[in-house]
Amino acid sequence: MSSVSTRFACKPADYKSDLKPIWCPGCGDYHVLMSFTRAFAQLGLAPEKIAVISGIGCSSRIPAYTNCYGFHGVHGRSLALAAGLKVTRPDLTVVVASGDGDGYSIGGNHFLHACRRNIDMTYVVMDNRIYGMTKGQPSPTTEPEFDTALTPGGTGVAPFHPLVVALASGANFIARCFSGEPNETADVLAEAIKHPGFSFIEILSPCVTFRPDEKEWKDQVRPAPVAATDDQGKAARRLMTDDGFNLGVLYRGNRAPFQPAVVGAGDTDLSELEKDFEL
Amino acid sequence: MSKTSDNPKVSSLNDLLAVAYQIEIDAVERYNVLADQMETHNNPELVKIFRDLARAEGIHGEEIRRLAGDFDVENGARQFARFGRTDSPEEAELGSAHYLMTPWHALQLSLAGEKRALAYFTFIVETTKDPKVKAMAAELVEEEAEHVNLVNRLLHRYPPPRDSWAEDLDPPVSQE
Repeated sequence: MSSVSTRFACKPADYKSDLKPIWCPGCGDYHVLMSFTRAFAQLGLAPEKIAVISGIGCSSRIPAYTNCYGFHGVHGRSLALAAGLKVTRPDLTVVVASGDGDGYSIGGNHFLHACRRNIDMTYVVMDNRIYGMTKGQPSPTTEPEFDTALTPGGTGVAPFHPLVVALASGANFIARCFSGEPNETADVLAEAIKHPGFSFIEILSPCVTFRPDEKEWKDQVRPAPVAATDDQGKAARRLMTDDGFNLGVLYRGNRAPFQPAVVGAGDTDLSELEKDFEL
Repeated sequence: MSKTSDNPKVSSLNDLLAVAYQIEIDAVERYNVLADQMETHNNPELVKIFRDLARAEGIHGEEIRRLAGDFDVENGARQFARFGRTDSPEEAELGSAHYLMTPWHALQLSLAGEKRALAYFTFIVETTKDPKVKAMAAELVEEEAEHVNLVNRLLHRYPPPRDSWAEDLDPPVSQE
């Protein structure tokens, strides 16, 4: 983690903004917000040294509910925004929030290349296997037989496997958490932030409105039976064969993060740049 | 919810006070989150109930702070009192919230939390070897038992809702 420079004695509540979340009562994203603030407090990060970047969707509202710097970007482009920010401001801790629609469909290509570039930031995808904000269309992680009015009988399409894709594309830290375990999620998030390079956490976060069946997840999740590995081959086998409910850190890689030198960073004369935009 | 093995190990009176304080503070925060949710979703009756519950837990927290005397219970709680992977005993389960929930549902959440706290302190009474810890934990058991009785009495005022309580003639699910 290149970014954490200051120990800051904050309580989790100190990282919350005054805005009240408008998620549905019962939504897993409330717990995820708690995990964010607990992890930041655990690391002693100063709020002004954190940037929470997001795209579009229920999960992407999270920057507004923290009092860190935030950017609510366009659909699927949160990773591109975050990469640009981290490259130019490596002193910031950059955490990116997304959902399964925003992150794996609209932003799917950015996901691959963010893993490949391995810039030092943390990507959190709150996966509820549905487009919640737009009222219940199937997402890339929706089960093939999940029946909706738009897809009678289900899509019939095999779901995307984000953890395997992340590993194959070069992510340096891969974990899965469950929103209903906020302390554990906070610990994993803190570890992901500290781990150098691109860290990816999938958080199973039930959508109680459009996927009430996901309330059962709390009985299905369990800690992964084996400790995290740094061996990509082993990790690939484990991730390909798990049922999607093993929790914890699943892969810790040791690739060096990509941090390109930014020409002129820090001493750029903005008036020179402004001239280029003069009409 | 926390398994016994995930709970903080209490080995001194200060540990116990720190944990007891944290339990109350966690409950305050959780009830306020639920009250905020109900405010956003225009369920004013539930807003009042969750705010009242938060206030009551806050008073209990202050009582524990007073009992702790010179010991900095807030700092102790931050350093020590952490409940495993999930929630502390009196935190109402967020996943059970619903925008049309009734006072009966809110009190059921509260009752479950009080019962978990009662079980937690009872476990300490039964397992600690320290007489001071045992005596204080026994007091806390008495308090939690009173709270369980209080919530049970309140539930007489709010009978279970009809089966159709979650029926919404203008539901958010537009496709069905």
